[in-house]
Amino acid sequence: MEIKVIRQIMEWNEDCSAEIKELLKKNSVLMVNIMGSPGAGKTSLIIELAARLKPSFRVGVIEGDVAGQIDALRIAKLNLPVVQLNTAGACHIEAMSIKHILPYFDLQQVDVLFVENIGNLVCPAEFNIGEDLRLALLSIPEGDDKVEKYPLMFSVADALVIHKYDMKTYFAFDDIMVEAQTKAINPLVNVFRASIIQGDGLAELATWLGAKITAKNIMQNS
Amino acid sequence: MHELALTQSILNIALTEATVHRANRVLKINIKVGVLSGILPELVQEYFNIVSCGTAAEQALLLIEKMPARISCFDCGAHGITESYIFTCPACNSSHISLLEGREFYVDSLEIE
Repeated sequence: MEIKVIRQIMEWNEDCSAEIKELLKKNSVLMVNIMGSPGAGKTSLIIELAARLKPSFRVGVIEGDVAGQIDALRIAKLNLPVVQLNTAGACHIEAMSIKHILPYFDLQQVDVLFVENIGNLVCPAEFNIGEDLRLALLSIPEGDDKVEKYPLMFSVADALVIHKYDMKTYFAFDDIMVEAQTKAINPLVNVFRASIIQGDGLAELATWLGAKITAKNIMQNS
Repeated sequence: MHELALTQSILNIALTEATVHRANRVLKINIKVGVLSGILPELVQEYFNIVSCGTAAEQALLLIEKMPARISCFDCGAHGITESYIFTCPACNSSHISLLEGREFYVDSLEIE
């Protein structure tokens, strides 16, 4: 006898991700999943964005790492609510981990929650964690072939941040090509060129995020 | 990636559905996989043979149907199949398209007895 089933094989993660989305919606929290290689500058970018958003919005951070507390300690210096999530070897964050961490935050007091995913260009893109936005970072020293080699992450990102843009002088990095390749697999992606050292692109990125945070607030309160 | 965890999930789905339908054995599991899902079907059957040992789904055959990436074009209105990860309209080459199918990964049906 044949029976129709139609059940998502990743349902354990999808169901949990949907639950988180509902909780965040209820509390008007915009969750931003920050993805990129180890060393792409994810923590530094979060620190910069948090500092720029802080005057207008209440910022929280979940720091994902395989091990250690270094990043959470850096963020804590900004006087923001931050929780370190250690995956103890796992290469990505799953929705269940986020669900267990959210009770550490007073979500009524948070407008935007950054989640720094594990440094990895492959696995984090395969697991939804209930986020509203995905930011994919690609730093200049990593090389301009990454979109072609690791298409999934760039195809699901809402924004591509070409990071450490001040290093462009020293590397043969074709950022026009990277932008074109990303748009070919992800036509609606927003592309930013950012440098923390020189300050390029940060105001633009913070403004874009600010508009998204405001939109989520209005959506919930209307 | 993560095919072992995914295979475990396939087995759980098959066994819970088999229980619901009071079946003694699962003979076949029909799975649909989009070409953009990043799943390697060859590994799934190998892992399944290992994780299903001693269960009602032991020796079940996994029939994995690959689904192409289907798009519709906002500019010319065409519907078509695009090569994986080249997201342009096969008719007019526009990149202003939406992806209709290609990221699926689900258990479609089971054959039980």
